[in-house]
Amino acid sequence: MSAHTETQTGRLTEAQVNAPGPDTAVAQPESDRAPVGPPFWLLLELTYTCPLHCAFCYNPTDFARTQEELPTEDWLRVLREARALGAVQLGLSGGEPLTRDDLEIIVAEAHSLGFYTNLVTSGVGLTEARIKALKAAGLDHIQLSFQDSTREMNDFLSSTRTFELKSKVAALIKQYDYPMVLNVVLHRLNIDHVEEILDMAERMNADYVELANTQYYGWAWHNRDRLLPSRAQVERAEAATAQFRERVGERIRVYFVVPDYFERRPKPCMNGLGSLFLTVTPDGTALPCHAARMLPGMEFPNVRQASVEWIWRDSPGFNRFRGDAWMKEPCRSCPEKTKDFGGCRCQAYLMTGDPTNADPVCDLSPYHHLVTEAVARADRPYVEEKPVLIFRDARNSRTITGCGG
Amino acid sequence: MSDIVATSRPALGRGFRLQWEAAQNAHVLLYPEGMVKLNGSAGEILKRCNGKRTVLEIVQDLEIAFGTMGLSADVMAFVATAVNKKWLEVHP
Repeated sequence: MSAHTETQTGRLTEAQVNAPGPDTAVAQPESDRAPVGPPFWLLLELTYTCPLHCAFCYNPTDFARTQEELPTEDWLRVLREARALGAVQLGLSGGEPLTRDDLEIIVAEAHSLGFYTNLVTSGVGLTEARIKALKAAGLDHIQLSFQDSTREMNDFLSSTRTFELKSKVAALIKQYDYPMVLNVVLHRLNIDHVEEILDMAERMNADYVELANTQYYGWAWHNRDRLLPSRAQVERAEAATAQFRERVGERIRVYFVVPDYFERRPKPCMNGLGSLFLTVTPDGTALPCHAARMLPGMEFPNVRQASVEWIWRDSPGFNRFRGDAWMKEPCRSCPEKTKDFGGCRCQAYLMTGDPTNADPVCDLSPYHHLVTEAVARADRPYVEEKPVLIFRDARNSRTITGCGG
Repeated sequence: MSDIVATSRPALGRGFRLQWEAAQNAHVLLYPEGMVKLNGSAGEILKRCNGKRTVLEIVQDLEIAFGTMGLSADVMAFVATAVNKKWLEVHP
């Protein structure tokens, strides 16, 4: 008898899913379609309401147009239907999910269904009374976001004064015996502080630290040239991370998500759209990736009108980028297409105007120069004292999307 | 790093949950934002790690359940690996 694991699904971050596909796919009656496995990951973006206004947020820039949020009973139905399909990991995100006063009800239902429940929060609104109620409801894990290790930068980047509050919340998380994942989104303005950020994480007894380089979608795309770090900055940050790992060992796991602009091959974004990941946005729109709403010519289903099973298995929006029939050259004949699935559809669309192109991060893409040019611009000497960032708020949302208000 | 002996009493690590998933026909280990799908042996060992049984008792239990002998080395090796990965904690 040899005891080992069959499949290890790596750490799944919001931005990136690095995981081998399921090997227990559910057979489809339609024979011409690739088998569809379970949506292992369900992300519920419960609300776009957020007390922070981060300039690197991946939320859609037109979030101010979102009308009614789903009521409690619809979220509970989504949970039941997704669980029946085999979903196991649940992310509760937003916006700031704590602004929903039914969060405890949603967590309790998810827990009783057998989900592993992850709360992704800025910490704003996480009082002792609420963390106690969430613990009682069965919440498994809290991921706390920090913008930087210093109060000044944290408050500037999120356009609020929240650093002290977040530090208190970090202590509460430990007090209630949660494993704590500290998430810090890295970019040009804070990446030089990686050493201090990791020291802060150590002082807070974090179990995991996610140093996630900004992915350029939504608000971050609008601020890209001000947020993209130089190559030298990335290298210094990686060196600081390696040093920390050597000193601290297994006690704190540090995940350094490399910024893909500096790579020559694209990330296997979402492990391919429609393979593992299902997001439901505040208004009930179901997406195969939290950024996918931007993709042109696609209609995504809404959980108000359709079952999660139909959405996942049959809806055109979820089948559009399954398999590889949609691919163009150089992906179509590329032996690496089964490894990276052509990269990110949203990035291909944002940079080339066509979501069926190869992700331009790939140096085989005829558009790769768009990435190298952005990186070259980032290598310019640093001149701006306080660069002008477009913060994520309702007024800017209406301005960007030309929806006057 | 982890000294596993026959009298060690392994328990699931903090933040980990073990459950049977019918959709995958396997035990899975869930942890913050991740999942490990276990093969049959790993699932059988982990579900016996409740912080009360010693490694020796787990080995004996498995040998009876599967009508076999000589599992000690494999179980000890797996428990050591699992402790390194934080799936298991060992309380002396």
